[in-house]
Order: sequence, then C-alpha cells, then structure tokens
Amino acid sequence: MDIYFFKFASLLYLLGTLFYSVYILLLKNSLSKLAAAIVTIGFASHSLALLTRYVEAGYTPVTNLHESLSFFAWMIIGILLIANLKYKIKVLGAFLTSIALILMLFAFALPKEILPLAPVLRSFWHPFHVTFAFLGNAIFTLAFCCGVIYLIQEHQLKSKKMGAIAKRLPSLKVLDDLNYQALTFGFPLLTLGIITGAVWAEYAWGRYWGWDPKETWSLITWFLYAAMLHQRLTVGWRGRKAAIMAIVGFLAVLFTFLGVNLLLSGLHTYSNWKP
Amino acid sequence: MQLIILGLNHKTAHIEIRERLAFQESEMEKALSQIHSLPSFKENMILSTCNRVEIYAISHEPEKAIRELKNFFSRYHELPLKEFEKSLYLLIGEEAVRHIFQVASSLDSMVVGEPQILGQIKSAYAMATESRTSGIILHRLLHRAFHVAKRVRTETRIGGSAVSVSSVAVELAERIFGSLKQRVVLLIGAGEMCELAARHLVAGGVEKILVTNRTYDRAVTLAQEIKGETIRFEEMALGLKRADIVISATDSSQYLITHNPIVKVMKERKQKPIFFIDIADPRDVEPGVGDIENVYLYNIDDLQKVANENMKDREKEAHKAEAIVQEEVTKFVHWYQSLEITPTIIALKKKFEEIRKRELEKMFSFHPHLSEKERQSLEALTSAIVNKILHDPLTRLKQKDEEAMADVYLDALRTLFQLPDLTAEERMEED
Repeated sequence: MDIYFFKFASLLYLLGTLFYSVYILLLKNSLSKLAAAIVTIGFASHSLALLTRYVEAGYTPVTNLHESLSFFAWMIIGILLIANLKYKIKVLGAFLTSIALILMLFAFALPKEILPLAPVLRSFWHPFHVTFAFLGNAIFTLAFCCGVIYLIQEHQLKSKKMGAIAKRLPSLKVLDDLNYQALTFGFPLLTLGIITGAVWAEYAWGRYWGWDPKETWSLITWFLYAAMLHQRLTVGWRGRKAAIMAIVGFLAVLFTFLGVNLLLSGLHTYSNWKP
Repeated sequence: MQLIILGLNHKTAHIEIRERLAFQESEMEKALSQIHSLPSFKENMILSTCNRVEIYAISHEPEKAIRELKNFFSRYHELPLKEFEKSLYLLIGEEAVRHIFQVASSLDSMVVGEPQILGQIKSAYAMATESRTSGIILHRLLHRAFHVAKRVRTETRIGGSAVSVSSVAVELAERIFGSLKQRVVLLIGAGEMCELAARHLVAGGVEKILVTNRTYDRAVTLAQEIKGETIRFEEMALGLKRADIVISATDSSQYLITHNPIVKVMKERKQKPIFFIDIADPRDVEPGVGDIENVYLYNIDDLQKVANENMKDREKEAHKAEAIVQEEVTKFVHWYQSLEITPTIIALKKKFEEIRKRELEKMFSFHPHLSEKERQSLEALTSAIVNKILHDPLTRLKQKDEEAMADVYLDALRTLFQLPDLTAEERMEED
C-alpha cells in the first residue's frame, strides 16, 4: 500500500523539479506557484506513504536504508515548505526538490520489504533519535543549498556580472540570513539527535558511547557545526566563509549518513542495504 | 476616413524646436478644440512630452487635413512653417497605427523600455476625452495601444533591468543587502555627484546618510540639506565602520581608501558586507580593496559597463516586442476596415437572409401539406418584410450627408447584429 503513495510522491517531486527548472528558465511566477502546489501534494502523498507503512509495520519506518532515505527526503520537502512560508526564494525549491527526488530514486532501487523489527531497534528512543537526526540533516541540506547559491551569486557580483544568472538568484543577505537560521535550528537538533542516540545506546548495548564509526563521524560533524556557530558569533564568519562551511558541514552529514554505512562497518550497519 | 499622425520627436528635432512646439498641459483643451473646429477633422488628440509632440487625427480628407495641421502648428506656436517642417514626420493609416503602438510600448522612446510614456499617453487620451475631441476610432485605437503596451511589458523583459548608472548601483545594492531599507550610507565628498547619489538613495529608502568631506563646512551644508549626519574627514574610519554603502566622489589625486586599512575595518565590522561605489575620476578607492572578502567595489566604469550590457538586452527584447506590435496592428486594421460601408451592408443582408431562410424551412417542415403556391407566397412575404425593415437604415447609411456619422453607425450595426469580422475575443476586450 505504502509503495503506491511513495511512487506517486516521487512522480510529483519529479514534476515539481521540472516546473521549478522551467520557472528558472522563463521566470514566470505562475510556474513556481504551480511547482510549489505540486510539491505540496507530493508531500501529502509522501506523508501517507510513511503513515501506512507505520501502521503496517507497527514501528517507525526508519529501520533500513530504503526507509531512511525516504524519511530524509520527506523531511527535506517539509523544510522546503516551511522555508517557502517565510522566504520567497524560488530557486531553493528547484535545489531541494531535486535533492529529494534523487533520494527517492535511490530509495526506490533498494529492498522495500517490511521485515520484523530487529530487537535492538525496538526502543522508545528510536523514533526520537531518527526524527531529531534527520530533521537536523534536512535543515543542513537547506543550508548547503543556500551556501551553493551564495557562492554563485557572490562570484557574479565580484566578477561584475549582472546577467541572466545573477537576476535569478536571491540577494546575498537573504542567503546568509537563511544559512544562519538553519545553523541555529540545525545545530540543537543535531545535538538532540546525538544525545537521544546515546541514551538509546545505553538501553540497547549497555553503554552511552562506543566509538562506533557512526558515532565518531556524527561527533566530527557536530564539532564542525559547533565551530561554525562559534566563529560566526565571535569573529563574524559570515558570507563566503559561512557558505563554504555550510557546504563542508553538509558533506560531513552525508558521509555520516551514507558513507559510514557503505564504506565502514559498525553497529549501524543494520541499516545497510543488504537485508 | 484616415488616421493621421503628424509630429516630431527626439530623433527628428532638436530640443529647442521640441520646446517651441510643445503644448502646455494648461492650454491643452484650447489647442484640442481649435483643431477640432478645423473643417476636415473628426477626432484628434495631442501627445506632448519632453521628447515628442504628436497630433493624432482622424479625417476624411487626409491631404487637406495635413495642410491644415501644419498651418495650425505654425500659427499656434507663432513659428514659420519652414523653420520646423523638416523635423516633422507624417504617418498615415497602418503606419500610424504601428507608430502609436510602438510609442505606447516604449519602443520609440529615447531610453527604450522606460515606463513613463504609457502614463503620458493615458493622460493625453484623458484630456482628449474630456475635451470631447476623441471619438470611436481614437477610443478604440488608444485602448488597443494600452493593451499592446501591457502585453509587451508582460511578455518581454523590455523594462527588466537597470540601464542608468544610478539604477544599476541601486540594483547592485539590493543584490547584496536585499533592500536599501535600514542601510547606512557614507558619502565621501560633498560635490554635486555626491548630492545626486544621495538623493537617489534617499528615494530608495535608506535609513541614514553620513557625510564626510575634506572641507568640513561643505559636509555640514550637504548633511543639512539631505538630513544626514556629518563626520570629520579625519574620522572617516568611524564612518566606514558604520556604513553599508560607501559612495566616494572626491577630486583627490590619490587613493583615499586603501587595502590594509579596509582589512582592519572589516575585522571591526565583524565582516559585515560593505559596498563601495567609486564615482570619482581619478579613482578614490584602490582596486585591490575589491578583493577583500565581503567587500564589493564598483567604479563608475564598471557601473557604466553593466548599464550598457543591460541596454543591449533591452534591444534584444525590443525585437520580440515588434512582433507583438505587428500582430496587434493587423488585428486593428481588420477592425478598421470593417467600418467600410459596403462590406457591412453585405454582411447585414446576408445575416437577415439566413434568418429568413432558416425560419421558413422550419415552418415548411412543420406543415408539409402546404401547396407550392402557398409556399411561394410565404417566400415573397418574408422577403418583403426583410427588405422593408432594412430599407430605411441602409438608405440612411448610403446618404452623403450622413458620412460623418457613418463609422458610429457601422460600429453599432456590427456590434448589435454581431456581424463577423470582429472576433469574439476582440469584442470582449472592447469593454
């Protein structure tokens, strides 16, 4: 059942990506509104997919790579919809929707069966851990997009071009503000994700922290964002430096989420794609 | 009936002549009614801006009307015709329609795409309407022109980007800071250039303007004029620490703002972005300053270059606009031709004949027992009724002395009887 909603949501994300792209080409506002509407319906369908899967499986469906990718994509679109309320940055829609689409396609290619829950995942803390972690990750994805767009716009300004590209991008101030906001929301969430993870680890394995690769890398990521926040508040790392840091931080997030599962082995490998 | 445009603009006439031949707004009504009282004019309207003076007129006798119009120009402005006749251009019929569409869409403007012209045409039309010198054709023509202008504005990017140095600077500032609101501006120098820039920024909504100048008194004077705050020249660094936008226009022969001090200022500002606009010649800001992170530096040449590039873009968009204009000219000419008497009469007769035939056939099919003779009588009767009904209006229409009202009648006939030629879409837009 959930797979139909999942497929429908993916299709709508694809359409949303297309409409956002055409909007960027033609700059017709009606197109971006249409794209936003399509993505909103896609999000609703995606929510139903998660809900039906939750009902069918009887647990929060973030237990293997297929489920995690889908959950991550859902969070990203959710963040996009929230960001759309306050900031009118349509280019972001194109970036975030296409990232969500890639995650969905990736998830679609992986085994999707609902399996009995591994005992170690049967925990009160598990849903909190994944929600905090992925919400943080989704917000960092937004910051990453802002960083990329910032670097493009900054390059246009420094090289004294005011052509077709610059015209389509938001102002540096908005991008930097959003980057900072993402940091102030994302960092506490990441922190909560790590803490709830540690508490859960205490229940599951009898220790809070075991230097498993996932744990190590999430700590590295945490330090990166902590440094970013610190530098911003004390010496004013804003603008270009903040944009680059948002990109670096996101790469660390990606590695912690995917790289560790695929390249290194550890306790989190239950969420590997081999069932 | 012909549409005539007689006029001159920035391409054909020097500013002195344009000024001499311009019509003041206060005298517009008088001028309009003077033209209206000339024997060969039916409708007229005057467009008088600083770049063009044009008279739009509808007349049965174009040649005579043109002569009268030229004499009117000369008489009204007390200027011998031979002094300005060379500057005049004359457009008739389709060419005239195209011209007014181009003017309204700002394709004929000195700065292509500038938006004021549409408002100027609208008020010129309003004055003609108030003075009752515009009629059905000008009414239709102007409404189409407004429609074309709107299409050009929405379907092309002709008014899209900044083409003057000051608007480029404002646009750049917006690209960096989002908006000018809450921004602090520092003016270095108190000359005319600075004053001009300051007024532009105040209009753009900046929060505060700081003024500094080597001669303190002049800074104070300017600051008072623009409600700014004065900073001593030696304390310029304080201003640099506070300002988001710095405009420099002194006549200093060496750089006032150099790399290393600005690196220090940026540290004190906690890297808050700063935008230097150097409009001085020779330059006030060392070019290397632009390489510092979060510092943006544009000098007058950079701004001019961006403005020129945008201008080229506009010219490209103007080609698209010309295609829209052509399409609309064709539509208008169609409508205009439908005001000819003969095709209207033919269309009207055809419509009545069709109704008569259809109704007869209906009745014949309900009453199949009717004899051939009875049928013939019914044919004759209905034909007679139709002809009698049409007789009076058609004779009236063909009468020579009704020619002046012909276009009103024809348009009414076409509208009331829904005669083809006007598409449904056009009829809706008429309202």
